[in-house]
Amino acid sequence: MYVAVKGGEAAIDNAHRLLAEVRRGDPAVPDLSVAQIREQMALLVDRVMAEGSLNDPDLAALALKQARGDVVEAVFLVRAFRTTLPRFGASEPLDTGRMTLRRRISATFKDLPGGQVLGPTFDYTHRLVDFALAADGETEPAAEAAPREDAALTPRVTDLLGRDGLIEPSPPDDGAPPGDITREPVDFPCDRATRLQALARGDEGFILALGYSTQRGYGRTHPFVGEVRVGTVAVEFVPEELGFPVPLGTVQVTECQMVNQFHGSRSVPPQFTRGYGLVFGQGERKAMAMALVDRALRAAELGEPLASPAQDQEFVLAHCDSLQATGFVEHLKLPHYVDFQAELELVRRMRAGFEDRREAAE
Amino acid sequence: MSEMRGPESPYNFAYLDEGTKRMIRRALLKAVAVPGYQVPFASREMPMPYGWGTGGVQVTAAILGRSDVLKVIDQGADDTTNAVSIRRFFAKTAGVATTTRTADATVIQTRHRIPETALTEAQTLVYQVPIPEPLRFLEPRETETRQLHALGEYGLMHVKLYEDISRHGHIATTYAYPVEVAGRYVMDPSPTPKFDNPKMDDCPALQLFGAGRERRIYAVPPYTRVRSLDFEDHPFRVQRFDCPCGLCGAEGVYLDEMLLDDTGRRMFICSDTDHCEERRAAGHVGTEGA
Amino acid sequence: MLRPGFRDPVHDAQGVFRAVLDALARPGTVQPLATRLDPPAPLTPELAAIALALTDRDTPVWLDSALAARAEVAAYLRFHTGAPLTGDPARAAFALVREAGRCPPLSAFAPGTPAYPDTATTLVLALDTLEAGGGLRLTGPGIRGAADLALAPMPPGWPGALGDNRAGFPLGVDSLLTAPGRVAGLPRSTAVEG
Repeated sequence: MYVAVKGGEAAIDNAHRLLAEVRRGDPAVPDLSVAQIREQMALLVDRVMAEGSLNDPDLAALALKQARGDVVEAVFLVRAFRTTLPRFGASEPLDTGRMTLRRRISATFKDLPGGQVLGPTFDYTHRLVDFALAADGETEPAAEAAPREDAALTPRVTDLLGRDGLIEPSPPDDGAPPGDITREPVDFPCDRATRLQALARGDEGFILALGYSTQRGYGRTHPFVGEVRVGTVAVEFVPEELGFPVPLGTVQVTECQMVNQFHGSRSVPPQFTRGYGLVFGQGERKAMAMALVDRALRAAELGEPLASPAQDQEFVLAHCDSLQATGFVEHLKLPHYVDFQAELELVRRMRAGFEDRREAAE
Repeated sequence: MSEMRGPESPYNFAYLDEGTKRMIRRALLKAVAVPGYQVPFASREMPMPYGWGTGGVQVTAAILGRSDVLKVIDQGADDTTNAVSIRRFFAKTAGVATTTRTADATVIQTRHRIPETALTEAQTLVYQVPIPEPLRFLEPRETETRQLHALGEYGLMHVKLYEDISRHGHIATTYAYPVEVAGRYVMDPSPTPKFDNPKMDDCPALQLFGAGRERRIYAVPPYTRVRSLDFEDHPFRVQRFDCPCGLCGAEGVYLDEMLLDDTGRRMFICSDTDHCEERRAAGHVGTEGA
Repeated sequence: MLRPGFRDPVHDAQGVFRAVLDALARPGTVQPLATRLDPPAPLTPELAAIALALTDRDTPVWLDSALAARAEVAAYLRFHTGAPLTGDPARAAFALVREAGRCPPLSAFAPGTPAYPDTATTLVLALDTLEAGGGLRLTGPGIRGAADLALAPMPPGWPGALGDNRAGFPLGVDSLLTAPGRVAGLPRSTAVEG
């Protein structure tokens, strides 16, 4: 006799208990504090904030702890929390030209007002495993460079190029509030502000691969890093009742201005064009890849032939979100036996038909 | 603010904030007014993954009231893990009564099945939908499919079905079988087996569809014509099972195939677990039941 | 002083929505609509309840001249919903009509677009009476066979205008009809005969 399978409720409870136990790992090893994650896994925390669209290092660190270090799962926790937060309004646009720089690199000019600031970077480290870290080695304090006299003056490279008309002007502010992909469904084709929002919270791996593909000829954009800058900027908000901006605090962001060659078209003279990337925290790889993809997605606007995935906004925007992607890929784990039964019956029927026809032919 | 943060729970009744509920409710009203048309809505991140019923969950959260009695099924069963998870979510966030009995429910959220027990005017069926666009696998671009719906141009779909016939002698779509609603929009019924399609036609219950990841809501009002696409010489036909349910002996219901051992022994039992239990409680016994 | 809104914002709004959903899903039926509201005249409790339940800063609202003439009505709606008021019926997501007998033609409101028929206006009318049976004969989605609905006063041009509205399907205006303690729906999908 067959007894129907039961016990979903108990199985789920047990699985949750087991997960909690595995998350903690060996209890003989000290528990990680949220502060430790925030301070020592800072780039991971930054990525969770960027893709989670929420600037809250402690929450991102806690999410990473709860998610056992799984980035997408941590992003998920942050997003699901974010969606329940009440909204008071939108901040004023960040003025990254008034950023307190931590790092600032231009590949297009050897020196420029405000200077090149190498800052904390892996760029010129030799990737040799440092076993001293395993032995609880402490690091030497870094030498602070004397600040340059022009350090307060850090105009964006694109602004400098813009003065000579060599780069397309930034589109004028038409005063219309930008859309919000978390409050309105995306309607294709969508404008650049909407695309940038989607890219900013898009999966770093996916954006990276797409950006890379443009460098290999799939939607080539001839990029130069005009500038990558990392630092803190003030966030300001205009309360209705006051009518003037009040500072809310500062956020750390990474901004990339990509400068792309453009041969011009019938209506536009040859000039450089822009690709833009901005993410929370220090996320240079993401900001740069985002700038490449942003520029590639402007192909239609600039009259360039559309032939590559990175130029296709429906393709890019519909697939760049790690939560949507992971959810739908992983949902294949859910039971599908009802549909499978329907397919099973069809395949059996079609195979029988196939055999009948073959026998008839012999 | 008080509406969003009660003292005992950090979350609102049925999880969603009131602004989100209003947005979904407006989408639902338009969906009902234009049967089968996919209304775009600003789907929210939910505390369960996209692809796991977030669309259905948002629709349920937007309609649910304190006096509702909720049933959740996945593959026809109340006891499948995701059905349990969603039912618990609402028991926890809305405190509503839940049931496994189809007849006792006022709201039924489903994935992949329509209950065997006939639905009533007092009930609302909420479908979880993965890919709401019936033309998506024929035309991947939203800008194109939107235009096709606007024009009522469904030739692509008929060509696809007819290609099946010329290749296989019959239509080779067994689930998510496309339907025409109220003589206008072609609609994806969600991945229910086509066996369930006839239940959608002229149904006394309101049928609501939510696709969270794809951000679409659509609806079939009660007593609305839902026609499975077919051809005069190849009329729509549902699957038939050769044997009754092994546990309750039911015929004319959808069955799951269970593998019993590694020699290929198998049996067929009701996919709708509530229907099967009700029948067995009423004394019906199948060949493998006791 | 500003009159209060829903006593229980979560559950009152849910109750109003479900009544409206049932009304629109089952044209010809008259659904009870309990409001517990006392809005400033000439706004009726039913119009107020539907506005409070469904409108917010994402939905431009149009008021007919009877409602627009009273500043207290606009102040009440603005405070409780945050919805922007518009003077252009063709831009309205919701249009509130206190004097149904002087309702503008349906063609004055937004019918939606072929690609986005959901962007059509929802018209909310205050009537004196609303009864199942007699009056208009309704057929279409949501209706088992046919249903009858009697309403008064009849907006100008109705029921002929409803026929024109139906002929434009899937474009068209959706109407919610209210009377004291009740609501009925006339979605654009409903065919109406006088």
